[in-house]
Amino acid sequence: MAQSLQITASSPDPDLLDLPWEIPLEQWPDERLAALPRGISRHVVRFVRMRSGVIAIKEIGESVAYREYELLRQLGRIDVPSVEPVGVITGRQDVNGERLEAVLITKHLQFSLPYRALFSHALRPETATRLIDALAVLLVRLHLVGFYWGDVSLSNTLFRRDAETFAAYLVDAETGDLHQKLSPGQRNYDVDLARTNIIGELMDLAAGELLDDMVDTIAIGDALVERYNELWTALTDEESFDVGERWRVAARIDRLNSLGFDVGELEITTDLGGTSVRIQPKVVDAGHHSRRLLHLTGLDAQENQARRMLNDLDEYRAALDRQNEDQEFVAHDWLTEVFEPTVRSVPRELRGKLEPAQMFHEILDHRWYISQQQQRDVPMLEATASYVENVLRHRPDEQAILGLPPGSKQEGL
Amino acid sequence: MATVTFDKATRVYPGTERPAVDALDLHIEDGEFLVLVGPSGCGKSTSLRMLAGLEDVNQGRIMIGDRDVTDVQPKDRDIAMVFQNYALYPHMTVADNMGFALKIAGTPKADIRQRVEEAAKILDLSEYLDRKPKALSGGQRQRVAMGRAIVRQPQVFLMDEPLSNLDAKLRVQTRTQIASLQRRLGVTTVYVTHDQTEALTMGDRIAVLKDGLLQQVGTPRDMYDTPANVFVAGFIGSPAMNLGTFKVNGGVAEVGPARIPISRAAVAGMIPEDDGKIVLGFRPESLDVVSQADASAFPVEVNIVEELGSDAFVYGTLKGDLAGADVHSGAGDDQLIVRVDPRNVPAKGERIYVAIRPGEEHVFGAGSGKRLES
Repeated sequence: MAQSLQITASSPDPDLLDLPWEIPLEQWPDERLAALPRGISRHVVRFVRMRSGVIAIKEIGESVAYREYELLRQLGRIDVPSVEPVGVITGRQDVNGERLEAVLITKHLQFSLPYRALFSHALRPETATRLIDALAVLLVRLHLVGFYWGDVSLSNTLFRRDAETFAAYLVDAETGDLHQKLSPGQRNYDVDLARTNIIGELMDLAAGELLDDMVDTIAIGDALVERYNELWTALTDEESFDVGERWRVAARIDRLNSLGFDVGELEITTDLGGTSVRIQPKVVDAGHHSRRLLHLTGLDAQENQARRMLNDLDEYRAALDRQNEDQEFVAHDWLTEVFEPTVRSVPRELRGKLEPAQMFHEILDHRWYISQQQQRDVPMLEATASYVENVLRHRPDEQAILGLPPGSKQEGL
Repeated sequence: MATVTFDKATRVYPGTERPAVDALDLHIEDGEFLVLVGPSGCGKSTSLRMLAGLEDVNQGRIMIGDRDVTDVQPKDRDIAMVFQNYALYPHMTVADNMGFALKIAGTPKADIRQRVEEAAKILDLSEYLDRKPKALSGGQRQRVAMGRAIVRQPQVFLMDEPLSNLDAKLRVQTRTQIASLQRRLGVTTVYVTHDQTEALTMGDRIAVLKDGLLQQVGTPRDMYDTPANVFVAGFIGSPAMNLGTFKVNGGVAEVGPARIPISRAAVAGMIPEDDGKIVLGFRPESLDVVSQADASAFPVEVNIVEELGSDAFVYGTLKGDLAGADVHSGAGDDQLIVRVDPRNVPAKGERIYVAIRPGEEHVFGAGSGKRLES
């Protein structure tokens, strides 16, 4: 067949050309597909395993595909947690020369978990709260940079474990728009739609008997609205107080830090009489600890994982009495003497179960637990062995959860 | 149900000088299907989002019925964005897919069932209510998505390029469905598209926007027969109208060798800014192939013939002495499009003579761009 494919991509993978573009995505042979669980989508979406990793392919109108590709690139550039776009392919034709829909290709987010996997396995109330927290943080971050989502839902979000909590990623930007600044109307609409969609998605799980009857779907939806408003207020409110109450500045910064945000700059103004002070955090961003860890060790981890590892690094530094040395040198030694040996001592076949940073975090946790139990300082390698036997072996594989049997085509509505 | 009024509504984005929507005055009747159409960046989506409460209104106001909603939150405006979310939930029945938002809002069960059944009847989905979405065709799923908006019984439906992510076949099918459904429901609807064919086929009235300014509002027939300016003339109709700038001397426009009489009223309407020139517009279907002897005939050299079975179009170049004439059409600069008898098409390279059917020419001031009434 004579196809003239147009590939738009920043660094095209030549293997893309070997995929059967002349077949409608819905009919792609099972052996091509990676059996990953799919969210609810209005389009046909399939996952394909490539040498460079798993990609997600979505069939969608040409102009919409280009638009979403550009939006995802922009979001990536301004460091919003979102899936990474690979490219757009147009000019597809089937064997009879019939035009086929364009596709948008994104990288599959490794170790990410769709909500259906998280919510439907005996959901503990804390887990639901954490997922909703993660989504609220994502929504606030998007709104701060001026992104109106237009279709906030659990289906359009992926979750990654971040120590005890989760980090949420935007997956679908089709209905989104970047503005210089969002109006309250846009934000409220997004939040209201998020609430409706989340409750709808949970009602759907309940209808499929995948969700415990006890779960109050409406309360979970309401929790998102509440959490969002709380975060938004903490980040954007102007506060005014007496000059004598300067501790309030520190308290405000602490509160923001505990929510996972850094305060880049505070606008502090004193009134004419000098009796009251107004503060408003100016530049807000998350990810201080993960940036510091990346800078020191080259390890790319989520915020809470990074905080945990940095604590371990600080302990290591104190234990060896190397506080006066250059941080970079100590970090390098910590990496080669503590982090890497720990991860390497996990049997190869089990390493794919969790992201290394999450595994390391859990091993630290486990060590603390058995040290308490045994009333002694359990060494790292011993703790790792115990963790592997007692915890990791019984965990599902999260690198690419095999939620569906190969070839299953359900859920792609 | 209600009317919608934009009263000098203006939206200026921070950091820009030119308003994205500039003092829009538009009154939409109760039950009317109004289409906002124009090229990208014309302000059509911004206007819709102002009505939805998603964009601030910097000046002027917006009314739904007698109620000023300029500062009312989106969810309190009693409007529904149709197709905002049409991913269907696989485990829920069609009825639950349509009614779940009412359930969230705490509407009594019996009410929900009644509204869902009414909507299903209009949408021809009654027999599917207790089935799962998996059992539905693509078109039926679209209708379930419409059902979600219908059961909410809003005062106004808003649709922002709802067909843009459908494939070509489903797009034409859904277009017809939306239009006929809207007529049956009689709910005031504001619909945004960049596609003038969509606008002509769906709207009771069309509002054409460009650069944030309303160019013209009227029925599809008005827009086609009496475009108010050169922009609307070129934008509405497919293939697009041929437009050329010509000098007017003693009441006649000189189009190559042809002398085309321009009405006295039109000439009188010219202003100094027009510099004695008009823009003459003529649709491809307003041209007849005539003999060279005809005084109003001008020659066109055939570049290509497009045969569509029921129609045939010549894409050609206007020949003759054309100093100062600036001719363009939907086919590009210096190109004209002529509809010819599909059973008698000229060959490529051939020279044909065409004349504008009397009374079917459109005359605009060259400087003002405005229609000159004849």
